[in-house]
Amino acid sequence: MNTMFAEQFNEPATNHSTAAPIEHRFNPYSDNGGTILAISGADYAVLAGDTRHISGYSINSRFQPRVHTLPGEKPLIVSANGFSADGETLVRRLAQRVEWYSYNHNKPLSAKSCARLIQTMLYGKRMFPYYVATILAGLDENGRGAVYSFDPVGSYEREQCRAGGAAASLIMPFLDNQVNLKNQVDPATGEPKIATDLSLEDTVKLVKDAFSSATERHIQVGDYLEIKIVTKDGVSVEYFPLKRD
Amino acid sequence: MDHMPENWGRPRSDVYGSYQHAIHSAGPQSHTQVPSITGTSVIAMKFNNGVILAADNLGSYGSLARFTDQERLIKVGKETVVGFSGDASDMQYLESMLERLIIEDNYEQDGHNFRAPHIYEYLSRVMYNRRSKVDPLWNAILVAGKKDDGSPFLGYVDLLGITYSSPCIATGYGAYLAIPLLRKLVSEDEDAKNVTEEQARAAIDESMKVLFYRDARSLDKYTVATVTLDGNVKFDKDVRCQNMNWRFAEGIRGYGTQKQ
Repeated sequence: MNTMFAEQFNEPATNHSTAAPIEHRFNPYSDNGGTILAISGADYAVLAGDTRHISGYSINSRFQPRVHTLPGEKPLIVSANGFSADGETLVRRLAQRVEWYSYNHNKPLSAKSCARLIQTMLYGKRMFPYYVATILAGLDENGRGAVYSFDPVGSYEREQCRAGGAAASLIMPFLDNQVNLKNQVDPATGEPKIATDLSLEDTVKLVKDAFSSATERHIQVGDYLEIKIVTKDGVSVEYFPLKRD
Repeated sequence: MDHMPENWGRPRSDVYGSYQHAIHSAGPQSHTQVPSITGTSVIAMKFNNGVILAADNLGSYGSLARFTDQERLIKVGKETVVGFSGDASDMQYLESMLERLIIEDNYEQDGHNFRAPHIYEYLSRVMYNRRSKVDPLWNAILVAGKKDDGSPFLGYVDLLGITYSSPCIATGYGAYLAIPLLRKLVSEDEDAKNVTEEQARAAIDESMKVLFYRDARSLDKYTVATVTLDGNVKFDKDVRCQNMNWRFAEGIRGYGTQKQ
């Protein structure tokens, strides 16, 4: 169409300028909600995540597990939470790299090396990142529980505990107080309390409480809680129902 | 004499060098960023003996109801049905990819055939790789069939490469209008064991009717496909919405002739 005529017969733009055209660009990212949480102990590590999968205000699935066990005889568990397509892809590629490592070197990949591998994989997409909060849990070379947490572009740290995903900001302060005993003082001495390793039993209780509370206050969290536990004997799984509203 | 007409009337290659074909593709590469002919919701649910899904036969061109005989449910392999919503040309491209996949798999007469989880895996990787090139295939897709262990399978994959499974799934407006009706029957995978094919069909028909009432890009003519666990795929085409009641429209401005 001749633009000159089109302009002539169209109503002049009133409120918004026509100088900059309204663009509908494809957005390659979205948010699929959910929350993950990991705590390490003396001889175990726990990685838990709810199983709700969302888009906007819709619940896509009530049971779409997001905590994955990597292949190998010394298992590692990992979850990449955020944009689920990126998360699934990262975990799938990581699983293949871990499997190939065991074939090439005839030994399992250690937790420490797996963490570094995840860093290079995340940073390798620095200019088009995987939009995920990643947590890796397993046992270190000495058989102690190990938890590594990552930001979307690969900066990482080994920690005692970490929450990631939608309700991370609700759970993390609770963990600081209950796991690392922050802002707690011994009433007898008045000295700050020193954090010690939690028993597995207490950890699982803490995880359930954290998720029940997050479910109350966050609309993207709920349905079921999947708790994966790594010990020297392997990975065990426990399910716990959460509110479905 | 040069017998190649495309060489006539241009500078001689032996004197000025050969033609630079790069001229043709000068400028940045552009991708299709908006869908044109589109299909609306696809809805699906599991029942005690398989999976049932439905999609209407409308191909919309923006708000214009352009094609009224568009088939959006296709059979892939022996026992899988794939339902497409979104862009029709991207749907046809994926159809041709799936057809080639099945044909090439059949060359090996090894007794293996693709089941729904394999088709689903394939589609999810295609969709994710295209979104990663920022050149997406503009569809939301449902894959229905059975798993390797013989239980029913239902999965979703869309233009972003997002994937999930659930006992009932719907794309587009179906996610808002049909899912609440379908979840009354199957909220959990276990619930599907207590739902018969007849009950499932009734819920699907009711959902298609609700969608026709409220989704302006829908049609009252649709296809229902049923995949049963014995490996049978049944297509029920040209189904019409039954027992519709438009009395509510009298009180709403914008529905039909206004009396006031």
